[in-house]
Amino acid sequence: MSATAVAPRLHGLGPRRITVLLALVAAVLAAIVLSITIGSKSVPLPDVWHALTAPTGTENDIVIRSLRLPRTALGVLAGVALGVAGALMQGHTRNPLADPGLLGVTQGAAFAMVSSIILLGASSLLAYIWFGLAGALVASVAVFALGMVGGRGGPTPVTLALAGTAVSALLYALTSAIVLLDEQAMDVFRFWQAGSIAARGADVVWQVLPFILAGLVLAMLNAPGLNALSLGEDVARSLGQNIPRTRAVGVAAVTLLSGAAVAACGSLAFVGLIVPHLARSLSGTDHRWLLPYSGLVGAALLLLADVIGRVVAPPGELEVGVVLALLGAPFFVALVRRRKPVRL
Amino acid sequence: MRLKAAGVKLGYGERLVVDGLDLGIEAGTVTTIIGPNGCGKSTLLRALGRLLKPQGGEVLLDGKRIDRIPTREVAKILGVLPQAPTAPEGLTVADLVARGRHPHQTWYRHWSSDDEGAVASALDMTGLADLAERPLDELSGGQRQRAWISMALAQGTDLLLLDEPTTFLDLAHQVEVLELVRHLHRQAGRTVVMVLHDLNLAARYADRLVAMRAGKVIAAGTPHEVLTEELLREVFDLDAKVIEDPVAGTPLVVPIGPRSHSAAPPA
Repeated sequence: MSATAVAPRLHGLGPRRITVLLALVAAVLAAIVLSITIGSKSVPLPDVWHALTAPTGTENDIVIRSLRLPRTALGVLAGVALGVAGALMQGHTRNPLADPGLLGVTQGAAFAMVSSIILLGASSLLAYIWFGLAGALVASVAVFALGMVGGRGGPTPVTLALAGTAVSALLYALTSAIVLLDEQAMDVFRFWQAGSIAARGADVVWQVLPFILAGLVLAMLNAPGLNALSLGEDVARSLGQNIPRTRAVGVAAVTLLSGAAVAACGSLAFVGLIVPHLARSLSGTDHRWLLPYSGLVGAALLLLADVIGRVVAPPGELEVGVVLALLGAPFFVALVRRRKPVRL
Repeated sequence: MRLKAAGVKLGYGERLVVDGLDLGIEAGTVTTIIGPNGCGKSTLLRALGRLLKPQGGEVLLDGKRIDRIPTREVAKILGVLPQAPTAPEGLTVADLVARGRHPHQTWYRHWSSDDEGAVASALDMTGLADLAERPLDELSGGQRQRAWISMALAQGTDLLLLDEPTTFLDLAHQVEVLELVRHLHRQAGRTVVMVLHDLNLAARYADRLVAMRAGKVIAAGTPHEVLTEELLREVFDLDAKVIEDPVAGTPLVVPIGPRSHSAAPPA
């Protein structure tokens, strides 16, 4: 084979990759349309258009603008954030079963939320989310710091996983103790734990948006380094990659992305775990493509799961976290049972 | 002197594997480090390639302390291939070799015609051009090892450190890889340092042998100077005859058995 025949693939800009990217964007747009139009109250398409372009305050306008739009926007943001965070986490640990929760963000957010209720009397959703976000950031910094203890030259995937498990277990125990004592904390915790993108206003979307954007920028800066790291730390170092810095940027990105998503939506199981596998089957091993694909697949999956949750149990709704777990568990079993485990 | 270790102390955690070792690597030579398991030869190679930071002493690359040169700059001068590297599933040969261009790329400038040429010629040199689109998992052990060497070549360094490049390969594939190393050395005057287990192949393919035991260099020189019956006893606790290799004229080790009347304490 001549060098020129190899060239387009080496550029990493093969037409196939662009096509897949456009297809994924189209899938997300389709999911957005479904998420805005389908729900317990059916809104005819002309009314949807009316609400989006020239609202006059009709009942349907209010449903679309104050309920479905923020819900859909949050679904897109959380899906993108968790998908990208999952791909980063699996890349950094070279472990196909890794998930952003490994850094302790979920339990950190939960603990900070319930503590804010009993200690500071927090009582608004926005306050819960600020505290949840802060808790997620603090927990993952603690995990990162603990992961460095004993190891020279930065934390390794193994020390990070151990530290994450320990910190999460401790925080979970403390959270459980608090919610047993306080009824209000219990109520908030129950709904948060189920995982939902419903009943959060546009202010929540604006609240988490900057964190997720910052996380996405860091994630894309991390992509070439992750490509080097996927050949092993020694090879990455011999290719001139600064490993501790790459790890730190990766952890910061995962923390911002999954911390923001988890604080706003609660624990959305399996998104960070499954989405990267779906995306990888389309992108291959190049993180410069895997990360954006994961974000788009995450957004489409989260919105579709939410739409399914709205229609399967009328007149009620199933939380998106529950739908995701129901869909995700069989996928996870299939993944684990695969004869040849995916090596990263 | 391209690469120099001066009084290096190397180890993992508290345990020192190498305690104060000096070694110089001359430009344009193939140097092979030999020694029994656990003697510190891979550790030394990792330190020479700045994969392991010495706890004492220093490593000099072209006269400068290697840890004071930005790692990306080092990567343009020196390529290291660690022992038994692993790649993600589904990675193709071309993708792997292209990742060798990592030190030459920046976030905003991904791929240049230099990269293109380096990858194509690395594939050509290792005879992998026809397998470029194949996933690494589908290749034979020898082909896979050639692909990794090809990645290190695409890096475009004239100094190459190879840690046991022939592990897990059958004899034919070992010879195939070592012939490639010799070709790289002769054709472009690259400086190569490698760790090998097979003494006879080491003698045949090296200009200089370095024999190590317990973290110390016991002997260094041409294969004829180093590979003697006394040295084999001292370094490997092995009684052996050393005869002339009928093909290459280099020393050939024919083992007799473990060292019989031991004067030194057992290893």
